[in-house]
Amino acid sequence: MHIERTERYVAIARQADNRKGAEDLQWVALMARVRDAQDRQAFAQLFRHFAPRVKAFLMKSGVNTSMAEDCAQDVMATVWRKAHLFDPQRASLATWIFTIARNRKIDLLRKERRPEPEDLTWGPSAEPEQAEALGLQQESNKLRDALAKLPEKQRFLVERAYFGDLSHSEIATETGLPLGTIKSRIRLALDRLRHAMQQGPE
Amino acid sequence: MTMTAITHHLTDEILAGYAAGTLPEAFNIIVATHISMCDQCRAALAAHEAVGGAVLETAGTQPLDDMALDACFALIDQAELVPKAQPKPIQFDGTLPAPLADYVGGGLGDVKWKAAGMGVKQAILKTSRSAQARLLYIPPGRDIPDHGHNGTEITLVLQGAFKDELDHFGPGDVEICDAQVEHTPVAGDEMPCICLAVTDAPLRFKGLLPRIAQPFLRI
Repeated sequence: MHIERTERYVAIARQADNRKGAEDLQWVALMARVRDAQDRQAFAQLFRHFAPRVKAFLMKSGVNTSMAEDCAQDVMATVWRKAHLFDPQRASLATWIFTIARNRKIDLLRKERRPEPEDLTWGPSAEPEQAEALGLQQESNKLRDALAKLPEKQRFLVERAYFGDLSHSEIATETGLPLGTIKSRIRLALDRLRHAMQQGPE
Repeated sequence: MTMTAITHHLTDEILAGYAAGTLPEAFNIIVATHISMCDQCRAALAAHEAVGGAVLETAGTQPLDDMALDACFALIDQAELVPKAQPKPIQFDGTLPAPLADYVGGGLGDVKWKAAGMGVKQAILKTSRSAQARLLYIPPGRDIPDHGHNGTEITLVLQGAFKDELDHFGPGDVEICDAQVEHTPVAGDEMPCICLAVTDAPLRFKGLLPRIAQPFLRI
């Protein structure tokens, strides 16, 4: 069933019949191959893209070079181990990896527990809505591009907020990032999930 | 948790702090607990985390060791050879959302209440000391005691309700106050009000200065 889902993702990307759609889903498709077939080549591609970003993120957050190296490897190993928990309807892969890196950073620098909200995931039989997944990945890419295009000063502020240099009251800056669409998309995915949970498994 | 009509939500500021991972542990508990009850804030948090993902994508790269991928596969293989002893998931009674149940070590029945006078009870949760989280039990119609906020204070209703001069707060609602707010919240008449209250303690000076000096120093 999982393999089927992978193929459907890829098919959707092809069906979109534009390279953009395929590109938007490339990480999702690779993750599906890691999850369903323990595909090491797919993982290597993910590693080459994300590990250097995780390492940079950690170093900018105040983790020293050698610790950041170990930690980036560890974060990527977690990506492999938790591949089944990645939900492309609710986050882009970059976002999901960001949350893993963030939690690892809190663990490392503050030695604190990180309480997480009660999870809504409801086992593998929850049918993913491919269109939703594609939509969310595309919105995430738009957000990434919007961030890249912000004036240097604002972008720097947002980055620093996420590297943990700023207190939370300083984060509340008006950046005009297009969060609305992502928010409503995620809301829709949650509504679907709640609905599916009420119906019970097939 | 049953879904109720939540009308008082977390602010973007707090959600952004939680997404970035910069809030004290006690605040993380109240955010995680509220989000467990509130899909609107869950979606808003996901949007803030999406910004984190965009930052990860755009904020540069650092080359890894040549053998990093092999080392990563070694970690993966190691983990598969020696499966980590998974702690048995504890079955709580469902009276508290999971993140809070974790800290209490059970449901409402397991809270180790301490009398705080006038029928009010409280239980302080064990967190790092940068901020404090406590559960409060207030009998029907009683004033909610001043939980000593000198900075930001967030109160989340878990059961029952309270109201103050301005507003009414039911299950799942959060009230966010800064030090300036002067109010007298009162528990609803129908049933005891149980809430989670978090305050950021002005820790730096605690113990260094007599408490009475603090208001004058405007810390």
